[in-house]
Amino acid sequence: MINLMSAMTLLFAIAMIGAAFVAIQVKQISIAMLAAGLVSLLASVMFLFLAAPDVVMTEAAIGSGLTTFLFFFVLGRVRGDKND
Amino acid sequence: MVIIAMVTGFILILMGLYGALTNTNILRMIVSFSVANTGVNIVLVSVGYMHGRTAPILDNAVPLAEASTRIIDPVPQALVLTAIVIGLGITTLMLAYAYKLYETKGTLDISKFSELKW
Amino acid sequence: MIKRFIVLLFLLALGLIFTQLLVEYIPDSELNLTAHYYAEHTAQDIGASNIVTAIIVTYRGLDTLGEVTVLFLTAAIVGLLLSKGNYKGKSLQRQLPQSGELLTTGSHLLVPLILLLGAYVFINGHLTPGGGFQGGAIIASAILLILLTDPLRKFSHTLIATIEATSGLLFLFIGVLGMIYAGGFLDNRLLPVGELGTLFSAGAIPFIYSLIGLKVGAEFSSMLVNLSETEGS
Repeated sequence: MINLMSAMTLLFAIAMIGAAFVAIQVKQISIAMLAAGLVSLLASVMFLFLAAPDVVMTEAAIGSGLTTFLFFFVLGRVRGDKND
Repeated sequence: MVIIAMVTGFILILMGLYGALTNTNILRMIVSFSVANTGVNIVLVSVGYMHGRTAPILDNAVPLAEASTRIIDPVPQALVLTAIVIGLGITTLMLAYAYKLYETKGTLDISKFSELKW
Repeated sequence: MIKRFIVLLFLLALGLIFTQLLVEYIPDSELNLTAHYYAEHTAQDIGASNIVTAIIVTYRGLDTLGEVTVLFLTAAIVGLLLSKGNYKGKSLQRQLPQSGELLTTGSHLLVPLILLLGAYVFINGHLTPGGGFQGGAIIASAILLILLTDPLRKFSHTLIATIEATSGLLFLFIGVLGMIYAGGFLDNRLLPVGELGTLFSAGAIPFIYSLIGLKVGAEFSSMLVNLSETEGS
């Protein structure tokens, strides 16, 4: 049981680091924003493993939901800028 | 498990800071900051975790008498809840300023903003 | 190139500090003094099942007031920064393609349900995971869905501001009432504590958290509406 939890945590940790790498390195900025939202979503699952259900709800609703949409609102306004 | 979560959090902080310091596009810097923000939250929550205990909610699974031996530390969770909400506020503020800068200069490249450089 | 080197050096130093912290980290096996107090006394003193809610609303209620104030300031600054371009010059009414049938029908179906879920989350904040901040964010996501369906829709800023101001004032009013009739500012024993685990328990916590939920929802909505109304470029 403990080993299963550890293995799941490790899996999510690797996925998060991969998504974070995409978020800071990829060429298109829209993909970077989606990857940052993915990092938040995976982090909320990790909070569930760490027995923090209140934080899970906050991170899923605010960190990965609203933040990503705010990024996209602003990206839509500055679309004319090509050199990113 | 705690160690894995902590290492992940620290790596996310370092990656986010690296991205914020090396990118030149303002929007990408904000994205990197939000990644670092997530990393800080993971480290804080994992400090409060204790092996073999459950979430700080009193119900049938956690009898009142043995609450202090069955639940994990609730204080870091309350702290992180506050931190996430304030984090969204900060991100929104940065985005609003970025939009304002774009409106005045027509670009988001940080190296083009040289008025305060010496 | 030299800049990147300095950045890497800085991150290396930071990484060394983090490694040091990790090596010396010993997980606690006992709750510390503060957490022990909260675990022992929440049920009798506050009557809330969810200890995190008890900390946020009552034990650390003043901090929550500060947090809500910071959010209000953020919403106000965003409104101030972005409202300038709205009125000057020609009215930029972009011609947008009609939203798809699926999006329109889906949002008509989902928006009331999402609002209901948000209200459920913040009314049950003292029993289940969740509370005012999460419920407020869920309500704001319903507003977001409406904005996605019809990007040119004008929301009443007066309504949002009225909800925000009224719930904030009522929150403060309940706090002051606690100072007069109970132990201190934001004390929840204004109302009977009740039985642990029922909806009408934990004194004033459900009311305070509902007001926080409405206020936070209105603040997030005003940020979203302001950002979405910046027609330009």
